[in-house]
Amino acid sequence: MDIISAALPILLKGLQVTLYIFVIAIILGFLIGLVVALLRLAPIKILNWIAKIYVDAIRGTPFIVQLFFIYFGVNSLHIVSLNSTTAGIITVAINAGAYFAEIIRAGIQSIDKGQTEAARSIGFTASQTMRYVVLPQAFRRMLPTITNQSIISLKDTSLLSVIGIADLTQQGQIQASATFEAFKIWLAVGVIYFIIIYLLTILANFIERRIQLR
Amino acid sequence: MSIITVKNLRKSFGKVEVLKDINAAVKEKEVVCVIGPSGSGKSTFLRCLNRLEEISGGEVVINGHDITDSKININKVRQEVGMVFQQFNLFPHKSVLENITMGPIKILGTEKAEAEKLAIELLGKVGLREKASSYPGELSGGQKQRVAIARALAMNPKIMLFDEPTSALDPEMVGDVLEVMKQLAKEGMTMVVVTHEMGFAREVGDRVIFMDGGYIVEENIPNELFSNPQHERTKAFLSKVL
Repeated sequence: MDIISAALPILLKGLQVTLYIFVIAIILGFLIGLVVALLRLAPIKILNWIAKIYVDAIRGTPFIVQLFFIYFGVNSLHIVSLNSTTAGIITVAINAGAYFAEIIRAGIQSIDKGQTEAARSIGFTASQTMRYVVLPQAFRRMLPTITNQSIISLKDTSLLSVIGIADLTQQGQIQASATFEAFKIWLAVGVIYFIIIYLLTILANFIERRIQLR
Repeated sequence: MSIITVKNLRKSFGKVEVLKDINAAVKEKEVVCVIGPSGSGKSTFLRCLNRLEEISGGEVVINGHDITDSKININKVRQEVGMVFQQFNLFPHKSVLENITMGPIKILGTEKAEAEKLAIELLGKVGLREKASSYPGELSGGQKQRVAIARALAMNPKIMLFDEPTSALDPEMVGDVLEVMKQLAKEGMTMVVVTHEMGFAREVGDRVIFMDGGYIVEENIPNELFSNPQHERTKAFLSKVL
């Protein structure tokens, strides 16, 4: 128990880094997803293509390759210099963005076309229709899948430890080798991840119930 | 003076021509009912009047606006043309009141309090004042359709289009909706109604248009058209539905 209580403050520090990266990346990722979904559905072929290539490229490659591409690959061009945290946030964001894009696209397409027609017949523009009528309804339907993707992205952040980000997993690694108590340390790390994801699920369920009530 | 003028209107979906050379005019305060077998193009015709369907050819002038002109702001024209759908299409995430106030607030810039006052008034008119805070999911079909009428009226339109407004309703709900429409006609609203309710067409319509195969086959005042149809196709259709 001493080992855990000694390691815990350090692990929690790592958790802070994990959550910091996760929150920023997931918000960015959602915005990317929204934009890409709208491009995917826009009545302009070239925009559809750009969106589709992005989604396919991300879905068709492993997360760790994307991470190395951004951190080592892009940095090696010496055009920009990304520190590891920035590279980590960007990678999680563009990765989640591709999946969010597909979730949001499917959500938008699941809304009956009569809703759009009713809104347009009243005099709403296409973008007002999207904003006031389609997206609010689509979002309700998408919430469980969005939660799912967010959990996957949170877990993906543990891979950021390989580029030296001092996240929860990285701190676990350091503690495990410093104490030679790999079993206890990794168990503790696992429990911390589990609790965070569990809380995230509770939050999502709460939001879901709130909006279903209306 | 016609508030709606349609000249040589054509509409194709891909290679299929659904409307072939439609010519029609509707005067202010007139109630025109459009009848015909399914697939005759009557709903498509109606949907061309507010350009929910892109028009393939011809001219449609609504209250002085040529809506086939690509430069026209169709959203502005649509504010003057209310539409009621077969499937109601209320916004399920908004309360009844919000369904009605949304257009005035977001499009016309009406103050919220004023928009709500108008909405309550309109709900009273369609007999649903007590449902203001309900959500569409809690209403029956007939109630939904009456809210949809109130929603369209909230934009203070000059013309109302009805696309088979009672076709999705249980029989016992039809009467309430038709009653609201009758009242509206009495108040002088210009209405184009695609309907299977021959009784309504006969009683409330100033004129009835019979469509078949993408053409207007015949039009006349209701009594004449129903009791003395001129064309074989009209006769055949009426013998099936009357």
